[in-house]
Amino acid sequence: MGWVANIFDSLRSLKIQQALTQSVSLGVIITWALMIWKCLIGLTGSESPVVVVLSGSMEPAFHRGDILFLNMGKDPIRAGEIIVFNFDKKKIPVVHRVIQLHEQRDTGDIYIITKGDNNDIDDRGLYAEDGHLWLQQHHIMGRAVGFLPYAGWITIILTEMPVVKYLLIGVLCLMVITSENRSLNISTK
Amino acid sequence: MHSAVHRMNALFTFSVLLLAVLCGAASFLDAFTSPLSSSSSYVRADAQVLRVNRFRKQLNGNDEVSLNLNVSIDMRSLFTWNTKQVFVFLAAEYATPKNSLNQISLWDHIILDKDQANFQTKVNSKYPLIDQGSNLRGRKVDIVLHWHVMPKTGRMVRDKLLLSDFHLPEVYT
Repeated sequence: MGWVANIFDSLRSLKIQQALTQSVSLGVIITWALMIWKCLIGLTGSESPVVVVLSGSMEPAFHRGDILFLNMGKDPIRAGEIIVFNFDKKKIPVVHRVIQLHEQRDTGDIYIITKGDNNDIDDRGLYAEDGHLWLQQHHIMGRAVGFLPYAGWITIILTEMPVVKYLLIGVLCLMVITSENRSLNISTK
Repeated sequence: MHSAVHRMNALFTFSVLLLAVLCGAASFLDAFTSPLSSSSSYVRADAQVLRVNRFRKQLNGNDEVSLNLNVSIDMRSLFTWNTKQVFVFLAAEYATPKNSLNQISLWDHIILDKDQANFQTKVNSKYPLIDQGSNLRGRKVDIVLHWHVMPKTGRMVRDKLLLSDFHLPEVYT
């Protein structure tokens, strides 16, 4: 148990100034991440510009763990496009392809039916669960424009196996503390 | 000086960066290798309606049509080393007094390989053509081929080509 006491000792010996610097730089990193995310939302016009595919309903195009880049854009939605939609903001969004579209002459409103490439039937049953007959513009979160395979697996693992998340955070904290200790030792030598 | 963890961290960061750069380059180079800007002239295709299998008014008042089509497609030029698949579908497109545009997918197909990108087939419409209302008698309908190119990584591209048009019968079958 000597090393635990050692870490506590080194923690105590940390200067307040150093701890403050550390927390400020951490804050800067978090702020940067937030800024980039908000800029992306502004640029793409989509409320979540990057999404991770969770199901196999669009195979072989998208597999579980692939990352999609979304864009809303000003162009009207057309048949064949892959869109991300959601009837209830609390539910997980769905990524499927538009197979039927009607655009009204007077109002410009669109009425859409989607289907997953790997599914046998269209999504009418899915809409009915939420009491809708058609998918409409305000249900759409964005259209898929770019694709990056596998990169989303890390978020799937982190959300579905919390143990891994806590382990990772623990290891990172330990590394921060021990590296601080070493630099302190070097500087005092 | 450098611990094993430091070395692993550096190696991991570098490899991730390298992969990201490669993905970016692959997607960027696609702009040169595939004839995307004027792909319509590179895709050879034809589709004709051979027969109207069924034409009726549903109980809820919407017109429903089932068609038999002859399709021939040559999309080999769309395949490059960064092409994962081409999703191709035939849509019926028409305008009605109420709707300025109706697009209804009749038949779709996923092409995974360049060798399978040139074919000719007779198909029944996979999905029925169902109108929003009862406007289909005597209506002129365009048959449009749409394709959606899915890369291994990078930007997805789509395009379309008007193949033919036909008039639906004046009476239900």
